Order: sequence, then structure tokens, then C-alpha cells
Amino acid sequence: MLEFPRWKVWLVSLVVVAGIFFSLPSLLAGTPYKNAWPAWLPHDKINLGLDLAGGSHLLLEADAGDAMKQRLQRKEDEVQTELKRSPSVDIGDISTAGGRVSFMVRDPSQVDTAVERLRALSKPLALTGNRDWDVQVVDSTRVVLTPTASGSAQAMKDAMSVARDVVRRRIDPSGTREITVVTEGSNRILVEVPGVDNPDQLKRLIGQTARLEFKLVDLQASPSDVQQGHAPPGSEALPMADGTGFVAVKRRVIVSGDQLVKAQPTFDENGRPAISFTFNSAGAHRFGRVTQDNIGKPFAIILDNKVLSYPTIQTPILGGQGQITGNFTVQSANELAVNLSSGQLPVKLIPIEERSIGPDLGKDSIHWGAIASAVGTAGVILFMLVTYGRFGVYATIALIVNAFLILACLALFGSALTLPGIAGFVLTIGAAVDANVLINERIREEIRRGRRLLDAVETGYREAFRAIFDANVTHVISAAIMAFFGSGPVRGFAVVLLIGVITSVFTAVYFTRMLVALWLRKARPRELHI
Amino acid sequence: MKLLKLVPDHTNVDFMRWRNVAVVLSTLLTVASLAYTAYRGLNLGVDFVGGQLIRVTFAQPVDVEQLRGRVDGLHLGEANISEFGGPKSYQIRLPKPEGGDAAANIAADRVKQLVTTNYAGARVDAVETVSGKVSEELASDGLKAIIFAMLGIAVYIWLRFEWQFGIGALLTLAHDIAMTLGFFAFTRLQVDLNVVAALLTIVGYSLNDTVVIYDRIREDLRKYRRMPILQLLNLSLNETLARTVVTSLTVLIALGVLMLIGPEVIFGLAIAIFLGVLIGTYSSIYISAPVLVWLKVNSSSFVPAEEKDGPEKQPA
Repeated sequence: MLEFPRWKVWLVSLVVVAGIFFSLPSLLAGTPYKNAWPAWLPHDKINLGLDLAGGSHLLLEADAGDAMKQRLQRKEDEVQTELKRSPSVDIGDISTAGGRVSFMVRDPSQVDTAVERLRALSKPLALTGNRDWDVQVVDSTRVVLTPTASGSAQAMKDAMSVARDVVRRRIDPSGTREITVVTEGSNRILVEVPGVDNPDQLKRLIGQTARLEFKLVDLQASPSDVQQGHAPPGSEALPMADGTGFVAVKRRVIVSGDQLVKAQPTFDENGRPAISFTFNSAGAHRFGRVTQDNIGKPFAIILDNKVLSYPTIQTPILGGQGQITGNFTVQSANELAVNLSSGQLPVKLIPIEERSIGPDLGKDSIHWGAIASAVGTAGVILFMLVTYGRFGVYATIALIVNAFLILACLALFGSALTLPGIAGFVLTIGAAVDANVLINERIREEIRRGRRLLDAVETGYREAFRAIFDANVTHVISAAIMAFFGSGPVRGFAVVLLIGVITSVFTAVYFTRMLVALWLRKARPRELHI
Repeated sequence: MKLLKLVPDHTNVDFMRWRNVAVVLSTLLTVASLAYTAYRGLNLGVDFVGGQLIRVTFAQPVDVEQLRGRVDGLHLGEANISEFGGPKSYQIRLPKPEGGDAAANIAADRVKQLVTTNYAGARVDAVETVSGKVSEELASDGLKAIIFAMLGIAVYIWLRFEWQFGIGALLTLAHDIAMTLGFFAFTRLQVDLNVVAALLTIVGYSLNDTVVIYDRIREDLRKYRRMPILQLLNLSLNETLARTVVTSLTVLIALGVLMLIGPEVIFGLAIAIFLGVLIGTYSSIYISAPVLVWLKVNSSSFVPAEEKDGPEKQPA
């Protein structure tokens, strides 16, 4: 028992000092001494979870139907663009009905060419060797493109990763706030924004797909049909954003929002809020050519399949710059500008879980949580002192060191402290002394059996360790399962329990053993008061 | 200084004498607890049934009936209003409105507006909206987690000890969880995600005593190979009694404080673990140990038969 080599003393002391060192920035944060910590020292602080800091938690789910619809539309555009290239293939009756893109090839001799060129467009997928689209000929002149299952899965994965970036840019255009935007599972995005306790604005920013399209108005369509939502082939009837009926537009897109490089809120010549935009060079070129060919005709500005306005082309718009007007307020113009600059969402996102916590509740929780932790710890310490005397003092020192180590680990790992996490802290304090109780009771027992002092302490530590180990493994199993299945606050609880189990075995077994060994060596007591 | 000894040095309580009575009683209580939970159901929070929850703290105590009348006046479905940690704090629960997210926003906004216009100084602390889809997943994940944790721990105990101990641990856990559920069904305390976390914690912590006692039983089985099993269990239980009492007390002190003065949001979590530890202490003596008698644990479970003729030690 007496031998506790010097290097071990140094190692244990080093861990203890490091624990105190790394927990100090977090402890000082809420006090008037927060500036006392030198800036050049590491100053990782414990992150507070949303339930303590206040903020909004939003779980979004991708609308799979919408994702498929968008993908089919993009494929339709791609097919048209490809087959128009020289040598062009004349096609007709293109549709996206039934979850696939199909069209007729007017000249039967060109069917094989069309299929070949479209097959070349489909991309091989990694690993499986499958392609993302299946191209087939039906009834000798009709070409059908069907999305493959693995292609759809890959497209969803890509869409989610783009959507995640878009959501982040929309909520935090400057990239300076501490927000969490992560994908969960195959089709969900979790958004956590501290400090914002009203998620309505967040949802407005995220709820908009922001698919901007410019299309020519179909002037041949019969106005009465259009008002009933019908349009001739090659066109579609879209509702006006302000609810004043329908407008027939050509299905072919002149330019879309992908080609925007910049969008800013501004005011039009009448002083109403509007958005100014700039196209990239390809977009500017195309927009210039189409406006040149269609002077005097109206074109529609369409946002998420609703027509904002349909101005008449007065002069060719060659510089790639323009302005969108509609019934905007200053706020909605600002939001739309942000959404257009951040890019369109590749898939519609629907909120399926929302939690928002006001900052005051969080402050109350921290306040009472801290008091409960302190009183609980004091109660446990008092109890240990009156029960085990000197060995209770060692257990107490171990307990305090343990508290520092838990805080230090939380600060270093960057895992958020939640309200249940505080409960986990209190529970760990109560349970951490169990190891000391086991050891001390065992030492009492061995002394009663008539063992000599040193032998009793040695046996106490050795025999108690088995049970301490097994009991802590059961804690680890339940905490690990909780961390795996749980989310948010519950995971915060599990993380504290896991950290606490490991630090408490260190402090209660190794650290107290060192203290006891050093004392025994120095004082050489004849009997043990335990 | 005279040190406190809650349990005297040489106790010799004949725990096993009451084992049949205790086991019959515990079995009855467990079955009754499960039956009652099945019959009455648990007071599941929005986490598990979906819907909206709005927490409000008023500047001064309010007339609940009046508040209820005002919320009912909004016609947002059946509202459930309950006190939350004091006469000034209330939680208002609304069913998930028809019409999806937009409708949910409107409902929450109307309640917020009602509260802030009618009660000066009131503050809205939290708004939670959980869709039916998410709540179903949370419920099934929670259930899965509890079952996996119980099986995982039973398997660990089986590997470290013997199969009889694994079964004993599993039965002990089932008893502790069933009793805690019964308590929540009986008191109508709200079951939210935190309570599931508490149940998982109980799975880990209520078994603490059982593990320590099993460890001692194993040790004694190796030491006193010819001692009748009942006498041996009593010996092990008495040897570990002081530790059982002291440890349970330290955990109960810490959790009791948290339960009494800690934040209201984690009251359910604190009381569930508090209760679980209390039940776990009892069941480590009266469920975990008697199971070993029926499953016929004896020295040969740990010591190879040929070594059995070695010198017999006598209890000190």
C-alpha cells in the first residue's frame, strides 16, 4: 500500500491540476472576475444547451414528393437543352407525369441517337455501377427516362447537403453566429439557434424554396381557360402571388435563380420595396438574347411557382442586371433578397418539431440548478465527513476534484451542458462517493477481521475495486444507450453521466489511494480511525 | 471525534427468512403496477403524443379557472392547463391542430397574445410543437433504448458472473422499471423525454446495489464452499448492509435536494431517479438475492468440482 511511485504521484497531480485549469474559464464566466483570465491561456468554455441559453430548436424534414418533382423538372430541362444542341433532335409531347420524363421523337430514325445522347448524360453511381437514370424506348418512338432507386437516394443525399448549406446561409448570412445546422438521418435537418426564442422568422426564411424563374407569357392562350387554371400544351397556368387570378406562361425557362450572383433589397422608381439582382455571364447573355427577340411582349417573374409580376419588355436587357417588383414590404424584400442570394433550396423543408425556450427561463434554471448542485454536494460532503472522518476528508477532496474534472471535460469536448445535464452532475456527485463508501466499508470490515492496518487498507482497495468496476460498467451501458438514442437535452444528460463515471473512478479510486498512501507513509499511524 | 455508524458492526439480520413473503408481495405489486399503468395509461407529454406546449410565468398568481375559460374561448381544441412549479407558472397543452404547421403557429401566437394582453408582466417561457410523426419516433426510440439497456446490462452481468445472476439482474430491473411506471401512472405526473432518461438511469443505477451484493455473494461462495445457500446469502447481505445504506443515502441526499429546490423542468427526472434508487435498494435484497436460490446457485457455479475438497474456511 505504501508504494506509490513518484512518477504516479506526478501523473495524478498533473491530471488534477489540468482539470482545475481547464474548468476555470467556465467557472469565471458568470462572475465579475471573468476578465481575470489571461487571454493568451486556453479559454474553452462550456457551451450551454438551448434549454439553458434560450433559443430555438427546429427539426425539418425534406418533402420527398417535392424533391422528386424538382428532379424531374430539372431532367426535363436537361433533355430539352441536350436535344436542341446541333445536330438537334426534334421532339414533342414531353411530360413528367407518372414519376418519369417521357417524350416523342418526331423522326423515328433519330430515336437511337436521342437514346444514346441521353444515356451519355446519365451519371454512373459510385460502387454499385448503376446509373442514376434508366433510358428506354417504348412503342418505338417514345423515349422514357426513369429515375433508378439508387439514383434517387444519391440525389436526395446531394439535395440534403446543398439544403443544409442553403439553410445555414439563410439564417446566418454573415457566417458569424454560433448556430447548429446538421443533417440527421437521410432526410432531416436539425437547426439550433441560441438566443432566438421566436422561431417564426427562422421558419419564414427556411420555408421558402426561393426558386426564381423568368418565363415568357403565353399570349396565345385563351384568357377564360387560363383563369380556370388551364393552359395549352407547352404552357402552364400559374397563380399570381397576390391572388389575382392566373397567368399562362411558356414552360421553357429563360433564366432561373441558379444564375443569380447577387440580390439586394432596394426601392423602385415609385419608392416601393423591390429587389435588384445581377446575373452571371451565361445568364446575362441568355436573358439579353431572349429580351432582344421579344421586345413588346411580357415576361413573367416567377417565385416558387407563383407569378410576382409580368412586365412588358421595353428594351433588351443586356447588362445582366434587373429589378423585381411585386407587393413587397421592406421586411419581405429583405428576406427574399437573402433567400435569393443564398440559393434555392433543392427540396422543400417542412418543420416537424419545434422547441423554443425564453432566455429568462434558462437563467432561472441555471440559478436553481447551481444552488441545488451546491447544496446537494455540501450534504453529501457533510455525510461523508461524519461517517468516515479522515477517509471522508479524502473522499471530499476527491469529490471536489471530480467536479472540476467533469467541468473541464465538458469545456474541452465542446459538448453542451443542458438542464438534464445539471441533474446528471448532481447524480454523479451522489454516486461518485459510492466507490469511496465501498472501499472504506471494506477497510472497516478487514480491520474487524483482525488484519493489520496496512494490510486492511490494501485489501480494502483491492477487493472493492471489482464491484466498483462492474457497477460502473452498468452505468456506462445505460448512459451510452441513452447518448445513442437520445437527442438534445437527454443526450446532454447522458454525456455528463459518461464523463462522470470515468472521472469518478479516477478520483475516487486512484486519487484517494494516492492521498491515503502519502499519509500512511508520512504519519505511520498505529491504528485507523475509520 | 466519534464517527457515525448507521449500521452496527456485526449485524445478523435474517433477510432470507422473509424472502417468500417479500417476493410474493413484490410480484403482486409489480403486476398491479403494470396492470394499473395499462388501464389508466401514463400522462404522456407532447414529446410522445404530439401537440403544443406553452409555458407561461405570470407576474402574480392568477385565477386558473379564468385562464382556462379564456384559453377555451380561443377554440383551439381541448386545452389542458396545469400548474408548473408554483402558483405563478402554468403550462398550457394544446392538441396538434388540423392544418399542419401554419395552423400550429397561429394557435401558439393566439395563446401568446391572449396571455400578454390579459396579464400584465406575463412572460412566455417556452413553446414546443411536436408533430405526430416525431412523437411516435421518440416514443418508440425511448422504449427501444430501455429494452436494449436492460438486456445489455443483463448480458454483461451474465458474462461477468453466471447466467443465474444475469436472470436475477433482469428480473430486478423489470421490477424497478414496472414500479416506477406505476408511480407515474398513479400520480399522473407528466412523462416526457426527461422521464425516459430517468428510466434509463434507473436501469444503470438501481442495479448498483445488486452488482455490489452479487460481487460479495460470489466472493463468499468461493470462500465458504459448504455453507447452505440461504445462510450464505444472509451473510453477504449483512456484510454489505452498511455500504448499501450509506451509498443509497448519499445518492438520495443529492437527488432529494435537486427534487426539492432544483428547476421545475427536471422535477420528473429527479423524482423518478430518487424513487428508482429507493426501489433498487429494496429489490437488490429481496429480488436479486432470492432469485439465486431458485436458480440453484452454489459454489460449483464458480469453483471447478475437483477443487471442492480443499480446506474449508470458516466465517470470521
